[in-house]
Amino acid sequence: MSARRGYDGVAVAVPVTVPYVRYSVRSAHWWLARALGELLERAGLGKEAVDGLTVSSFTLAPDTAIGLTQHLGVSPRWLDHVPLGGASGIVALRRAARAVQAGDAEIVACVAGDTNHVDSFRLTLANFSQFARDAVYPYGAGGPNASFAFLTAYYMRTYGATREDFGKLCVAQRANALKYPHALFKKPLTLKEYLSARPIAEPLHLFDCVMPCAGAEAFLVLAEERARALDVPYARVLGAVERHNAFPSDPIQMRAGWALERDALYAQAGVAADEVDFVETYDDYPVISVMQLEDLGFCGKGEGPAFVRENTFTHDGSFPLNTSGGQLSVGQAGAAGGFLGLVEAIRQLTGAAGDRQVAGAKVGLASGFGMINFDRGLGSGAAILAAP
Amino acid sequence: MSAATLTKLVADLAAGRVRVVDLTQTLAPEFPQISLPPELGQCWPFRIEEVSRYDERGPAWYWNNFSCGEHTGTHFDTPIHWVSGKDLPNNAVDTIPAEHFIGPACVLDCSKEAAADADFLLTVAWIKKWEKKHGRIPRGAWVLMRTDWSKTWTERRDAVAYQNYDETGQHTPGPDVDAVKFLVAERDVLGFGTESIGTDAGQAYHLRPPYPCHYYMHGAGRYGLQCLTNLDQLPPTGAVVFAAPLKIRNGSGSPLRVLALTPA
Amino acid sequence: MTQALTRPKRKNPVLRTRLPTLPPGARSRIALGLTAAAAEGRFALQVCRDCGAVQYPPREACHACLSVRLEWRAQDGAGELLADTVLHHSNDLFFRERLPWRLGLVRLDAGPAVVAHLHGDVRPAPARVRVTARLDRAGQAVVVALPDKETPHMADDRALREFACDPKFRKILVTDGKTAVGQALVKALAAAGADLIWVGHTEPWKKFAGFDALAELPQVTLLPLDVTDSKSVREIAAEIGGKVDILVNNAEYHRAFGIGNRAGIETARAEMDVNYFGLLRLAQEFGPAMRSRGADGQSSAVAWVNLVSIYALANFPPHGTFSASKAAAHSLAQCLRAEMRPAGVRVVNVFPGPIDDEWNQLMLPPKVAPEALARAIVQALRDGVEDVYPGDVAQEWLERWRENPKALERELAA
Repeated sequence: MSARRGYDGVAVAVPVTVPYVRYSVRSAHWWLARALGELLERAGLGKEAVDGLTVSSFTLAPDTAIGLTQHLGVSPRWLDHVPLGGASGIVALRRAARAVQAGDAEIVACVAGDTNHVDSFRLTLANFSQFARDAVYPYGAGGPNASFAFLTAYYMRTYGATREDFGKLCVAQRANALKYPHALFKKPLTLKEYLSARPIAEPLHLFDCVMPCAGAEAFLVLAEERARALDVPYARVLGAVERHNAFPSDPIQMRAGWALERDALYAQAGVAADEVDFVETYDDYPVISVMQLEDLGFCGKGEGPAFVRENTFTHDGSFPLNTSGGQLSVGQAGAAGGFLGLVEAIRQLTGAAGDRQVAGAKVGLASGFGMINFDRGLGSGAAILAAP
Repeated sequence: MSAATLTKLVADLAAGRVRVVDLTQTLAPEFPQISLPPELGQCWPFRIEEVSRYDERGPAWYWNNFSCGEHTGTHFDTPIHWVSGKDLPNNAVDTIPAEHFIGPACVLDCSKEAAADADFLLTVAWIKKWEKKHGRIPRGAWVLMRTDWSKTWTERRDAVAYQNYDETGQHTPGPDVDAVKFLVAERDVLGFGTESIGTDAGQAYHLRPPYPCHYYMHGAGRYGLQCLTNLDQLPPTGAVVFAAPLKIRNGSGSPLRVLALTPA
Repeated sequence: MTQALTRPKRKNPVLRTRLPTLPPGARSRIALGLTAAAAEGRFALQVCRDCGAVQYPPREACHACLSVRLEWRAQDGAGELLADTVLHHSNDLFFRERLPWRLGLVRLDAGPAVVAHLHGDVRPAPARVRVTARLDRAGQAVVVALPDKETPHMADDRALREFACDPKFRKILVTDGKTAVGQALVKALAAAGADLIWVGHTEPWKKFAGFDALAELPQVTLLPLDVTDSKSVREIAAEIGGKVDILVNNAEYHRAFGIGNRAGIETARAEMDVNYFGLLRLAQEFGPAMRSRGADGQSSAVAWVNLVSIYALANFPPHGTFSASKAAAHSLAQCLRAEMRPAGVRVVNVFPGPIDDEWNQLMLPPKVAPEALARAIVQALRDGVEDVYPGDVAQEWLERWRENPKALERELAA
């Protein structure tokens, strides 16, 4: 059995967010161009210096990463299209890190972005996956709401979670978001409002669902020495894992790939779960955040409700979670939602998180989850980063 | 002299001294149609399909295609139509001499008898009684059996009454065997016409021979007309009937326009 | 508990008629295997011939052993409801108009988990259910979870009715009331709760046997209708077409001739004029109004039934021209199905073997009794099935035809 190679010497730097808007008439190309442009500007680099590129987007079709190279006028010697939705950030990071370690590229720009027209959501879903088209959409939910309603209901029934538990996370994330200038939600959320909001697909109500929007997120992956030479703030990559279609014989999704990979993650990172200062989970629905907390070892399987009740999740709470508000309070800009946690983690570890800075943040974990295929999300991954 | 006759005819028509009476039922899909036992071949009913009506199928014109049998609606029967006439010369619509298409008409008013008995059969005795009053039936005349049967359709659109079926078959008036033989042998008529479907009575299958009007008329090279109407507008004698079928090669008959000229 | 269906109130003629919408109808080719089975009233899933694993959603290779030898096999659908939800929001027009809507995730005893429409009487999870496949308004198979034991008025469930063509409280046209099959159909539809049954008959001057019995049924209105007469069809359509919810075209002309044993084409032409052109005339005249009423309330336009024949699949030479006319009718009925689909109106094609009537007098039994045929058609309407093969002969010929159509051709020519 070959040992996994670590990520020594790999840095992630220059966290970029192109401010989100609810609707945009621009195409995804515009959003991705803005992200790349800002990466270059903040790093003080010319286009030619970036010799690697990963692209993640739902609305870039009919283009993929390769079409974008001509559109944006770049000539990378390493290119990857990462169409993994909410798992895109972690996976793009892993791919880019290995390219840098192997010398296949020196500076990789990882960009994710999507536009949002009034019909984008519907059109994206219509061709999302064969299984969704054959076995979910005919049933009327018009998206993943039904599948996550099932998960949420099953989880609540099996482990005794209540709507108040999920509401607590949403309320805390909203509080975090109020300190994040790019969040689309600007008003506080009370538990009462959360509980009395209109039902979408029981037991999911309005504030359990993300709001699709347009936006982009990006970061650079490069060698630590290069980051220092460029004088850009960076975080070190301690570990990163991914696993897809984990537990296929589970009749309903109660766990995902993190459960299989977490031991390797912490071993690779050389830290334990209780040494993590903040966690950015992928929060398309609150139940998935709780599942990540369990599968990533912050509590046992089924202990999520107790964990939620025992902790506070604001940036200054006992367990800072989704410190920029998560997608539930920032908005979901398509595939950029898979980068949101990583980008915020870099900000936290480089002291750039403004009023929501987690005090003394040294180690952070960002988790990704995505591509709801039929009844469950297939992609998952997580990364542990550290301050320099 | 014939020139003067024709000139006077045209003048009399224009002046209304000679009337044109249309003895024809309108051809339409709903007009009652003869129907034979199911295992035999059937005569087509009248069917009409629009080709265009000032529309994308033909912007400035309206026309139809139609289909029917040779024996649909008001129609002409030829000798070749029946087995007894099949070998006679000039026995099809296209070979019958054209002068046979015009002839004097004797209208025998059986309307009271037919009203009382749907199976009324015209007899020799009845004909002779009629002749006593109206004179001998001339040779080469159409003998038209007026029953007012056509009014069940023209006035009441009552297909059930017009066809008059029950479990024993159809019940409509017609000539009996001897009457037909008499008209052929003793009076040398041009042909026989009725207001119902068929020149023979509805129950003529049970006569011997079956369908004697068809058998003997056509067997003697004479003709038949059926589904006539407006016979009540003709005098017992004196009308002239124009009955020219379509010139179908080897045809056994055809729907046609039957017109009568009558003194006003 | 499902409420029994009640007669709908009279439609307010001033109000706009709701237009038909359809649930999402796109499916991959392999998923159409589910539709093929549901079209005949079966719930089938793929089973791996090498390792026995049952597959869902439909796919090209076994999820357990990667074998591509997957075979569709009937399933009993027994399973456990793991979770259920009620949709209060949908981006899809069809469902938006029908909210709230119940859905469930069922773990089949056979293995896979399936997302299913839930019958209203299914209790909240956890619960035992029986899963089946039905055709939805888009004509595609969907999985439906029913209570595992029959409940009162089960068929009247609001969701289940969307997958059925129930004759109850509907207005129906039966195109030919003169035949034994026609009369059996009228009686069966009346017993199934039809509100009004128009019964067509040709040659109204000839009172047919059974006329009085039909005329006595309170639901029945007899109408002269000749499917060989475009004008007749047009006039009847103008009179009643806007109200017909289910059209049952059982008019047929049947003689027992092949090619060589009947001189001339007249018999064959008459068969085509009724069996093929009759369908075309009816479809042109009744189709548009039915399509516009595909979502017109509880008693919407919902189905078009064609009495085809198993001989449409493979010619039966002793009734050769009749078979050919039925083959033509079948093809045209498939065209009609495509044209009715956007309106959510189901075209139901029925393929009996020889019917026990006068035109099949010389056929040896088994033959389908008119009453049995009528029952099968009513059941097909209730179940929302679209291809019906009633009777032993039809079932056997279908199997032989599917297994080896050339062999059946030879067998029928023997």
